[in-house]
Amino acid sequence: MTKEEIIAQGGSKVNSRPRLLLPATMHYCPGCSHGVVHKLVAEVIDELGMEDNAIGVAPVGCAVFAYNYIDIDWIEAAHGRAPAVATAAARLDPSAVVFTYQGDGDLAAIGTCESIHACNRGENITIIFINNGIYGMTGGQMAPTTLEGMKTATTPYGRRVDLNGYPLNITNLVKELDGTCYVTRESVHTPAAVRKCKAALRQAFINTREKRGTSFIEVVGTCNSGWKLSPEKANQWMEENMFAKYPPGEIKNTVKEKK
Amino acid sequence: MAKAIGVVEIDTNRCKGCNLCVVACPTNVLSLRQQEVNDKGYNFAYMLNADNCIGCGSCSLVCPDSCIEVYRLIQK
Amino acid sequence: MMNQEEVRLMKGNEAIAHAAIRYGVDGYFGYPITPQSEVLETLEALMPWETTGMTVLQAESEVAAINMVYGGASMGKAVMTSSSSPGMSLKQEGISYIAAGQLPALIVNVMRGGPGLGTIQPSQADYFQAVKGGGHGDYHLIVLAPASVQDMADFVGLGFDLSFKYRTPAMILADGVIGQMMEKVVLPPEKPRRTAEQIIRQCPWAVTGKRGRKERNVSTTLEMEPRLMEKNNERLQRTYDEIAANEVRFEEYMTEDAEYLIVAFGCMSRICKKAIQNARAEGIKVGLLRPITLWPFPSKAIAEKAPAMKGILVAELNSGQMIEDVRLAVEGAAPVRHFGRNGGVVPNPGEIINALKNEFIK
Repeated sequence: MTKEEIIAQGGSKVNSRPRLLLPATMHYCPGCSHGVVHKLVAEVIDELGMEDNAIGVAPVGCAVFAYNYIDIDWIEAAHGRAPAVATAAARLDPSAVVFTYQGDGDLAAIGTCESIHACNRGENITIIFINNGIYGMTGGQMAPTTLEGMKTATTPYGRRVDLNGYPLNITNLVKELDGTCYVTRESVHTPAAVRKCKAALRQAFINTREKRGTSFIEVVGTCNSGWKLSPEKANQWMEENMFAKYPPGEIKNTVKEKK
Repeated sequence: MAKAIGVVEIDTNRCKGCNLCVVACPTNVLSLRQQEVNDKGYNFAYMLNADNCIGCGSCSLVCPDSCIEVYRLIQK
Repeated sequence: MMNQEEVRLMKGNEAIAHAAIRYGVDGYFGYPITPQSEVLETLEALMPWETTGMTVLQAESEVAAINMVYGGASMGKAVMTSSSSPGMSLKQEGISYIAAGQLPALIVNVMRGGPGLGTIQPSQADYFQAVKGGGHGDYHLIVLAPASVQDMADFVGLGFDLSFKYRTPAMILADGVIGQMMEKVVLPPEKPRRTAEQIIRQCPWAVTGKRGRKERNVSTTLEMEPRLMEKNNERLQRTYDEIAANEVRFEEYMTEDAEYLIVAFGCMSRICKKAIQNARAEGIKVGLLRPITLWPFPSKAIAEKAPAMKGILVAELNSGQMIEDVRLAVEGAAPVRHFGRNGGVVPNPGEIINALKNEFIK
């Protein structure tokens, strides 16, 4: 059957390219998780009617060009400073829905201070944290979240805790802060996970609109190029290794608890 | 019993041939072109077993480049 | 009360805070450091969020504070920060981004002695950092050097006006003396903060959320295409040329018949005025040129005066920084010598007269 025949017989479009995704082809490598999360962010902003008051804060790292892909207003922050930029944006314009989109190096290494303090102040922002355990843009160096034994450009024989310290589970740290209202860890490697991640993003953006405090969404993702695996193998490796240290699931939800 | 019939439309020039849609498809509809490439040099996805498609949308959900549209008809 | 001028006695740092509220500033983001902490303390005590709606936030660091300013500036808001020397070093990353993004903002540096942790006593040793860029890349700030508490109050408005006019960050480069001393000050009448509509009209580039706009606004300093990045740089340089042509400000004191010229800014210019009075009583014809804008520098005014001078003394609270710009302006037309004290030491007028005599009169 063709698309035309399906429509003629009363069928319909199940899903398609989100309206707020710009036409540019993303610069991400084939199979990169960023593309899926971008799509979900674009859908959620559109579905919640936030196109006109959403302000995204882009990081330094692979997602630096997020502003080329989602059709809303953006501020491109210096490396690690997105939560500080978002703090100012949210406070100076309470009618804006402000979110950051950051990788593990940006959020959990150079920007740890800004991330922790924005969460601790309970800024009315959503923080989207893509954790793939590696620096993608600069060529696959060790990230704070790199797993023990994991090979990167700067841990060519595998991360050793005696040399490089332990993988940083920053989401569990953030959970302890009174300013966060919603902390969850998601992934986008299966259709079910994508649906769940979208629901989490939706919850976070609603929290931000309703000024409930900081919502923190970690998305455990893959970096096929950095991990030197095919997209399919990378997903398997992520399930077997990343999920052991960073298990998906809701971590904190004060909104639900209050209900 | 109701039967779902689907069809997917792939923006082949946007496709990067990552194969994630092929893996995600529960009815083995999709495959990558083995000999043919798009303008960017990628082996793009296509419907190998079009008749198997149930229009579930899984391929589209996991596609990082948002290049798959899915249409579905429920026949009663 | 605030809708009219008001005469008060206060510190320079307090005057900054009062002037900010009265100018209609949208946000202040700071971090405590001596000798400028009164700016943040005064704002917190005055609670302007209850009156004008101004945001005041004590950030977790100077780095966070300047990046909050970058965020606010990207939204077309009138936003500012203040710090002192070690804190200003931390802010340089953000300042470079604000300059690169062609964003208006006001940065106050109440200088203390360095390098390193240095001292909390006054200094002018951040001259190079302020006027030569400070952070990475080719950029300038508009640098205003106050010499009184009144200047501190006035330069808040002037700094923001220039900053918005040219879409480039402005700095008030004060020293610990000007920040800490108390003087009479006439505070300006209060202006209301701009409305959202006024901001959109004044700053069509501002990141406000699309608000019905067709094209999205993006505040970024990244450009991967070299030719476009070169164009961005050329655009910045054209702006700097325009500022240099139109916004040079300086003050002259007893220069009409002067045979010797002292060039000094900030608190040093005040000490030099007293030195000039005393020197003239001894029959030495000396005058003062006080740059008010350190960038753009009053090079032309100094160059015009130089040929008539038997000597030019540059007096600074540092080891010789502004003297480089004076020498570039003079181009050998007169001998140029330096007098400086360091590490928080503030000289008395007699030391300056002695330096003038030792260098030129003997």
